Amino acid sequence: MINPFAPIGRGLLEVLAEIGRFAAFAGRAAGSCFSPPLFAGQFGRQAMQIGYFSLPVIGLTAVFIGAALALNIYVGGARFNAESFVPNIVVLGITRELGPVLAGLMLAGRVSAGIAAEIGTMRVTEQIDAMTTLSTDPFRFLIAPRVLAATLTLPLLVMVADIIGVMGGYLVAVHSLGFNGATYLRNTFDFLESQDVILGLVKAAVFGFIIATVGAYQGYNSQGGALGVGRAATNAVVGAIVLILAVNYVLTAFFVE
Amino acid sequence: MTAKLQLIGIKKRLRGRQVLDGVDLDVAPGRSLVVIGGSGQGKSVTLKCALGLMKPDAGQVLVDGADVTRMPQEIRARVMRKFGMLFQGAALFDSLPVWENIAFRLIYADHVKRADARERAIEAMRKVRLAPEFADVRPVELSGGMQKRAGLARAIIAKPDILFFDEPTTGLDPITADAINDLIVEMVKELNCAAVSITHDMASARKIADEIAMLHNGKIVWRGPAATIDASGNAMVDQFIAGRAEGPIQAVV
Repeated sequence: MINPFAPIGRGLLEVLAEIGRFAAFAGRAAGSCFSPPLFAGQFGRQAMQIGYFSLPVIGLTAVFIGAALALNIYVGGARFNAESFVPNIVVLGITRELGPVLAGLMLAGRVSAGIAAEIGTMRVTEQIDAMTTLSTDPFRFLIAPRVLAATLTLPLLVMVADIIGVMGGYLVAVHSLGFNGATYLRNTFDFLESQDVILGLVKAAVFGFIIATVGAYQGYNSQGGALGVGRAATNAVVGAIVLILAVNYVLTAFFVE
Repeated sequence: MTAKLQLIGIKKRLRGRQVLDGVDLDVAPGRSLVVIGGSGQGKSVTLKCALGLMKPDAGQVLVDGADVTRMPQEIRARVMRKFGMLFQGAALFDSLPVWENIAFRLIYADHVKRADARERAIEAMRKVRLAPEFADVRPVELSGGMQKRAGLARAIIAKPDILFFDEPTTGLDPITADAINDLIVEMVKELNCAAVSITHDMASARKIADEIAMLHNGKIVWRGPAATIDASGNAMVDQFIAGRAEGPIQAVV
């Protein structure tokens, strides 16, 4: 007789095994970032690729989100005569939540999929095996520079996103909603606390680590030719997004307490 | 003569199937061993176990008498410096120019200065008759035969003690394949290294092998000098070299 709980148990064990494999991979990836040799040239290339070339997409996302946020807060605030709180809530929302989360989500699509596809192609064409036979550890040469670059550049991108997002809110508030520009900026800076910015930057660094590690994990373990590489890229995006949202809640709860 | 590389009782199970079931092989310095066998018989897995890219479930891989299967990663990486490998699809790194592919080990593992490494890469290109004007192009711009030459140059640049060839002539026209075979023979002689090749191209096997071993169902079913393969007395070997569908080996279609 077939045990009806067997498939559930098997599925659960497989999920736990996958979590274990990913945790071991992430630990090895993190360790590789701090053990020599460090490939500075590779790190520089990845920092440009992940950080600098993501600026346009992050900037555009931030300006529109800041603008839309200002409009929504104005409409919502008008219901209880709190329109004047627009600058305060825009800056709080952008720095603590929307800046890091949206930058993380955008990079999960752009960077995590790219890393998974690149490393996955290297895996299925035996380039990773070739690297090992050439006495070079793929974790140090391929994965550590990407993980380090994403972890260090995402906070910088989020700082830019914070500034552009606040400017998006400012432009809508001043030009569409009739706010005084100087008053808007003064309220913004008076209300902003350093811990709001720090929370956003800590989140960004963690999200950067997640984005690169999930992409590298999926790519490194891909198999089955083009189909496998495509699957790795899809799994990387989905996995990174889910992890970012879950970890975002944990970090927010931790900082609130 | 003492074996440079020795595989003793290698067993490997993959996806529920016993791919290798006690493989024993050895090769001495200056000798070339070719492992033949049909598709899916475990040739690539044998090579990967010998190279340390895959860990066998049982058995030993001895390099100069030392078992490398149980060595810590760092020490194993040092043993890897004795190896050179030509992959089936050449496995050149797409993102690097040809010369940097060839000099990869020198630059990133041996920390040779880039200018010196480039010089040695171009010297290696000349050895495998790849024109130096291709040094700065990307691998994707090379033909299949040129990619194999670049892969061979990368394998020999650090003067390895053991050279591995994975299907060195697959996907090449007969003339280019013969040129690659000639190069392999020349390089093995010049370096006086041990060579292990896997192939199902009999023309290639006859040309590059001192000895031939046949792998079937995860076991070595015959081994002997290349010159005696036509009189092996083994029905499976006879069927394989004649390329017949009928015989003790069932064709997989």
